[in-house]
Amino acid sequence: MFGEPVRRREDPRLLTGRGRYVDDLGAGALEVAFVRSPHAHARIRDIDVSAAIDVDGLVAIYTWEDLPASLAEPLPLLIPHPALTHGRTARPLARDVVRHVGEPVVMVVARDRYLAEDACALIRVDYEVLRPVIGPERAAGSRRLVHDDVPGNVGAHLVQEVPSAAGTGAREAIGAAPHTLAFRLDIERSASMPLEGRGVCARWDADDGSLRVYSSTQTSTSVRMAVAAKLGLPLPKVEVIAPDVGGGFGVKVMHPWPEEVLVPWAAVRLGREVKWTEDRREHFVSSAHERAQVQFVRVGFDGEGRVLGLEVTILHDHGAYTPYGIIVPIITSTQLLGPYKIGAYRVEFSSVYTNTVQVTPYRGAGRPQGVFCMERTMDRIARHLGIDRTAVREANLIQPGEFPYDQGMTFQDGRPLIYDSGDYPRSLRMLRELIGWDSFGELKARAAAEGRRLGIGVGCYVEGTGVGPYEGGHVQVTSDGRVHVSTGLTSQGQGHETVFAQIAATELGVPLERISVVTGDTRRFGYAVGTFASRAAVMSGNAIALACRKVREKALRIAAGVLEADPRDLEIVDGEVRVVGAPGASVPLATVAVLSNPLRYAFDEEAARATQFAGASPPDAPPVAEGEEPGLEGRDYYSPIRSTFASGMHAAIVETDPLTAEIRVLRYAVVHDCGRLINPMIVEGQIHGGVAQGVGGALYERMVYDEHGQLLNASFMDFLMPYATEIPPIETAHLETPSPLNPLGIKGAGEAGVIPVSAVIASAVEDAEGIPIDRMPLSPSELFDLRRAAP
Amino acid sequence: MKPPPFDYHSPRSVGEALEILAATGRDGKVLAGGQSLIPMLNMRLAAPGHVVDINRLTELAAVTVGPDGVRTGALARHAQVERSGPVAAAQPLLRRALRLVAHPAIRNRGTVVGSLVHADPAAELPAVLTLLGGSVRLARRGAVRDVPAARFFTGPLESAAEPDELAVSALFPALPPRSGTAFHEVARRHGDYALAGVAARVRLDDDLRVAAAEVVCVNAGPVPELVDVTGDCGHRAPGTADWGAAARAVRDRIDPEADIHASAAYRRHLAGVLAERALRDAATEAAGG
Amino acid sequence: MGEPVGGGTDIAITLTVNGVVRRAEVPGRRLLSDCLRHDLGLTGTHVGCEHGVCGCCTVLLDGEPVRSCLMFAVTADGHAVTTVEGLAGPGGELSPVQRAFAECHGLQCGFCTPGFLCVVTALLRENPVPTEEEVLEGVSGNLCRCTGYQNILRSVRRAAEIMAEER
Ligand SMILES: Cc1cc2nc3c(=O)[nH]c(=O)nc-3n(C[C@H](O)[C@H](O)[C@H](O)COP(=O)(O)OP(=O)(O)OC[C@H]3O[C@@H](n4cnc5c(N)ncnc54)[C@H](O)[C@@H]3O)c2cc1C
Ligand code: FES
Ligand code: FES
Repeated sequence: MFGEPVRRREDPRLLTGRGRYVDDLGAGALEVAFVRSPHAHARIRDIDVSAAIDVDGLVAIYTWEDLPASLAEPLPLLIPHPALTHGRTARPLARDVVRHVGEPVVMVVARDRYLAEDACALIRVDYEVLRPVIGPERAAGSRRLVHDDVPGNVGAHLVQEVPSAAGTGAREAIGAAPHTLAFRLDIERSASMPLEGRGVCARWDADDGSLRVYSSTQTSTSVRMAVAAKLGLPLPKVEVIAPDVGGGFGVKVMHPWPEEVLVPWAAVRLGREVKWTEDRREHFVSSAHERAQVQFVRVGFDGEGRVLGLEVTILHDHGAYTPYGIIVPIITSTQLLGPYKIGAYRVEFSSVYTNTVQVTPYRGAGRPQGVFCMERTMDRIARHLGIDRTAVREANLIQPGEFPYDQGMTFQDGRPLIYDSGDYPRSLRMLRELIGWDSFGELKARAAAEGRRLGIGVGCYVEGTGVGPYEGGHVQVTSDGRVHVSTGLTSQGQGHETVFAQIAATELGVPLERISVVTGDTRRFGYAVGTFASRAAVMSGNAIALACRKVREKALRIAAGVLEADPRDLEIVDGEVRVVGAPGASVPLATVAVLSNPLRYAFDEEAARATQFAGASPPDAPPVAEGEEPGLEGRDYYSPIRSTFASGMHAAIVETDPLTAEIRVLRYAVVHDCGRLINPMIVEGQIHGGVAQGVGGALYERMVYDEHGQLLNASFMDFLMPYATEIPPIETAHLETPSPLNPLGIKGAGEAGVIPVSAVIASAVEDAEGIPIDRMPLSPSELFDLRRAAP
Repeated sequence: MKPPPFDYHSPRSVGEALEILAATGRDGKVLAGGQSLIPMLNMRLAAPGHVVDINRLTELAAVTVGPDGVRTGALARHAQVERSGPVAAAQPLLRRALRLVAHPAIRNRGTVVGSLVHADPAAELPAVLTLLGGSVRLARRGAVRDVPAARFFTGPLESAAEPDELAVSALFPALPPRSGTAFHEVARRHGDYALAGVAARVRLDDDLRVAAAEVVCVNAGPVPELVDVTGDCGHRAPGTADWGAAARAVRDRIDPEADIHASAAYRRHLAGVLAERALRDAATEAAGG
Repeated sequence: MGEPVGGGTDIAITLTVNGVVRRAEVPGRRLLSDCLRHDLGLTGTHVGCEHGVCGCCTVLLDGEPVRSCLMFAVTADGHAVTTVEGLAGPGGELSPVQRAFAECHGLQCGFCTPGFLCVVTALLRENPVPTEEEVLEGVSGNLCRCTGYQNILRSVRRAAEIMAEER
C-alpha cells in the first residue's frame, strides 16, 4: 500500500457531483453580503442604511456599532514575533478608518444573496477620503501613514547574521572577496486564488445551545477556538467542519476571517442558519495576497564562484494588516540559502504597511522570493565569471556527508535551521540529464540558425516542510471490522483520505476498502494545527501511523489471549490476526474489536460470535483491566523536534519570439526529493499543480494597484491564471532520501512545485535573450521594453 | 456578484420585440447570447430596467450565404457560424476570426451580431466587418435601416444602434476574385481578448500584382479603422511587394492605448509585426485562389 | 410571455435536467447556475467566478457546453440541461470520462472537475478521436488551479481510449 499509486478514494463523489463544499450546504439558509470599502484609505463619517430597510427579504443590517465588545475589537494577531513591533489587525467590521479597498464595513443578511446585494447597493456610507500609501518603497519611511501610530509604516524589522566558519561577518567577507556584485530584484504580488472562494455556513441549535460552523478553511480546529472565544461560547458547544474544500494554497489558513466570526454570530443572534459565500470580486479585494518584495543583494565570491559573503536587504509589502505575523519574510530570509553553503550571510528585512489587501502565506510562503534571490545571484556569478551556471551551483552545494547541516539560523518554527538529509549533487546530476543540459548548446544553435531563440534555465531550492508543533491521529476498529481514521488537519484536494488510508492499511494490515478517513472535522478530532507548509503527510501521516501502532499492539494482545499464542508470533493480514506460519489459527479484527469491549449484548453477528471466545473473566478483577480502555482504538500525536527539509531542482527550456516577444515554455523538468513517497501519483499531481502556479507567477499573474489603491484587475478576465494552453509538459524524476526525523521517513510535497519556477524561467529567458532578468512576472510587453532598453 | 433586478421580457416575434423596445427606450437592454451583457450585470456595472430576451426569436437564427456574402441573423451563435462549411467557403475570414474569439463554450452562446453591437475595440468581429465593408441591419418599430461598418462603430462599446432598435442581422460581403484574407493576433492567454490583432485583405489584379491591400487592427483605437496600405507595399507581385513598408505604415497610422497588459508602444510594434504576417498570408491566399 | 415580468415576480419555468422534467419559479435575474444549485438542489455544478472565465459552471445545454453563470434560468425554459450529476449511467456506473479522470488523477480538489467533465463529454461525443491540439483546444476554456492540467489532458486521451475499447 505505502508507496503505491493507489487511486483516490475522494474521486467517486467528486466526479459525480456528490462532493459537498460549503455553498452546497444550508439549503434555505439566510445569506450574507457585505458593503466593502471602495476606497483604499478613508475615514467613515456616517453610514445611512435607511434606503435599504425596505428591500424585500431583508433580515438584518449590522455595522461596527452593533457588534458585542469581543467582536468590536481588532481580530487576533495570530503569530506575534519580537521583531513585529507594530503588529496591526483589522476589526471584523471597520470602526472608523478603512485601510484597503474591500475592507468590510456593513454586513447585510437577507433571504438570498441577490436580495442581500440589492440592500448593499442602497446603503450609503459617507467617507472622508484619505491619501493612500501604495507600493513598499513609497511606504517605507513615508510621512503618509497607513496606521497613525506606526511611524514610517514599518511594522517589523529583523536582522539575521550568520558569520563564516572563521567568524567573519558578511559585510567584511564581501569586502574581502575577489569578486563582488550588487543588484536589485523585484517580485510582484500574486495570490493563492483557489477556484472555490471562502465560505462560511453556521447553524445554531437553540435547544442544544450548540453551534455548528462549516468553513472553507485550512484549519478547522483553530477556527473553532476563535469562534468559541469571540462568541463567548463553551468550546464543547462549538464544532467546526471543513467539508470538501475547493483549493486553499495558503489563503484559507488565515483565520479567523471577519466573516468566520460574523456569520456564526449572526446565526446565533437571529436563531437561523446563515451562510456567506465569497464571490470572486470579494476574493480579490478582501482575502489576502502574497509575494511582493524588493530585494537588494550584495555578494562576494571567489574565482570558482564559491559565495564568500551574501548580504540581502528586503523590503516586504505586508498590505494593510499583519494578522498572520511576519512568517512570510522570515521564511524568505531563512530559506534563501537553499542547498548551498554560504560563507557569511546577513539578511535584513523591513515589513511595511501599504493601503492594499493584507499579505498572508500563499503556496511557497516566501520561499519563491528567497529562491529567486539566491538563484538569480548564482546566475549573475556564473555570467560574471564566464562559467557554466550549474558549475557555480555545484561549487556551492552542501555535500551528502555533511548532514545534518546547520545553517546557523532560526527557522519559522522557532527551531534551529538544520537540514536533516538530502543528496544535492546527485539531484543536480539527475536534472542535467533529464533536461539535456549538456547538449542544449547544440539545440540552441540549431534553433538560432532557423531564426528561433531558445534559452535554458535552472533553479534549486530546499524547503523546510512538516513544521511542528504537532498533529494527532485517532484510529478506531469497530465490530464490523471497519477502521475509522481521523485527524484534525484539513484537506483541500491533496488526497489525504487516500494517503492516510494507505498508511493505516499498511500499519494495520487491513484492506484499503475497509478504512475511512475523516479530516478537518472537530467532532472527530479536536486538536490540530492545520494544513500548510507541506506538513500534512509528515505530521498527520506519522501521527496516524503511531496511532495505528497502538491499535495493532492492543489487537495483538487481545488476539494472543484468544489464540493462546505469544503476541510476537502474530501478524495481521487482510484484516485477520494470524499466527505466523499457522494459517488455520486466526481471528478477524472485527472479533477482536468486539472482545476489546466487555459489553456483551449480541447486537450483531460479530458480537454473538465473540461470546464463544470470551473466556470467563477473573471474578476478582474489574472487567476493564487497569490501564486498559474499552474498545479497539488508539490516539497518538506526532511532534517533531524540527522540520524536515525536502529539496528539488528544476530546469526549463523556453522560446522567446524575436518579433512579438512572446515567451513560451517548451519543456519543464523537475527532480524532486520529498523522502519516502506514500503515493507517487499524488506527489506528481502536487508537483504539476505547483509548477503551473509557478508558471502563472513567472509569466502571467500580478495584482495591479493604481496610485489610488484600486486593484485594476480584480477579475479572472484580467488576473491571468494559466489555462491548459499556457502550461508546458512537465517531466519529473524522484530521488528518495528518507528523513531520519520521523518514523515514516517522509518529508512534505505540497508546495515544492511552485518554489523555484520564477527563478528557473528568469534564468531561461535571460539565457535566450542575453538581457538580465531582475523582476517577475515578465510579460511580453515588458520583455519588449527590456529589449529596447538593452544596449 | 448577482444581477440587479429588472423586468424580463421574452418576445415571441420580432414585431413584439420592437414594440417592447419602443416602449422601454433607454431603460431597455437586448439580451442575445449574454456573454458580454451578463458579466456586466453580475458585476452590477449595468442596471437596465428591462431586459428583452431575444433567444426565442428563432427566425433570427438564420445564416444565409448568397452571392453578396454571408448574412448572419441576430441569433446566429459564434459556434454555428464558425462551423458552417458554406460560410467558410463564401467568407473564410469569419471562421478564422471566430476561432480567436474566447473559448468554445462562450462561442456556443455568444452571437456574431451581439459582438458587433457590443462594439468592443478589442473584439475580432467588428474588425472583420470593417475590413470587409459589411453592414448591420437595424430594425425599429416600422423602420429598417442598413448601417455600413464605417458608420456603425461610434466609440468604445458604442454603436449606431439606438436603444429602441434591434440589430436583426449583419452582412459580411463576399470577396472579389483573386482576393485573400488573414487574421493574426497575440493574446496573453489563448482565447483572451487580443493585445493586438490584425485582419488583412489583399486583392490582386489580372497580372497578379497587388491591387489593394488593407488592414484593420484590433485594440488600436476607439473604433476599428480601415488602414489602406496599397500605396505602401507597391503595385507588385505578392513575393516582391514591400510588406515591411506596409507594416510601418500601419504602425504609424494607428493609435493604441496602454493598459495593464501592454504598453502603447508594444501594441504599436505588435500591430506592425502582425500586419506584415497577415498581409503576406492574405496575398499568398489571393495568389493561390 | 410577451407581458413584462417585474423584477420581484417569479416566472414559472420547465427544464429537462438530466432527463428529468423539473419545474421552478424564479425571478428573471436568476442565473441558471443558481437555479440548478439552489432551486433544483443540483450542487454538483460549481461557481468560481460568475463572469464566464473559469468554466467551473459549465453544463450542457441541449448537448452543448455553456456557462451556466452567463445565462438566465428563464432563457433555458423549455431546454434540456445536463449537469455533472447526469453523466453517470442509469445504474450509477461512471461514464468513460469520469473513469478516466479517476484513473489518471485528473482532479485534486474537484471544484473545477464538473466543468471539465461536461466539456470533455461533449468534445468526445463530437470528436471521438481528437488530436492533441483538439484536446487542448477543447479544454482550453476551463481553469484548474490544482492539477497543472497534465493529468487532465491524460484523462481526456484515456477517456477516448476507453470509449474506443467499449464501442
Ligand atoms: C470569458 C470571455 C471571453 C471572451 N473573449 C472574447 C474575445 O476574445 N473576443 C471577442 O470578440 N469577444 C469575446 N467575448 C465576448 C463574446 O464574444 C460575446 O459573446 C460578444 O461580445 C457579445 O455577444 P452576445 O450575443 O453574447 O451579446 P450580449 O452579451 O447578449 O449583448 C452584448 C451587448 O449587445 C447588445 N445586443 C446584443 N445583441 C443585440 C441585438 N441583436 N440588437 C441590439 N442590441 C444587441 C446587448 O444589449 C448588450 O449591450 C468573451 C466573453 C467572455 C465571457
Ligand atoms: S462561474 Fe461561470 S465561468 Fe466561472
Ligand atoms: S482540481 Fe482543484 S481546481 Fe481543478
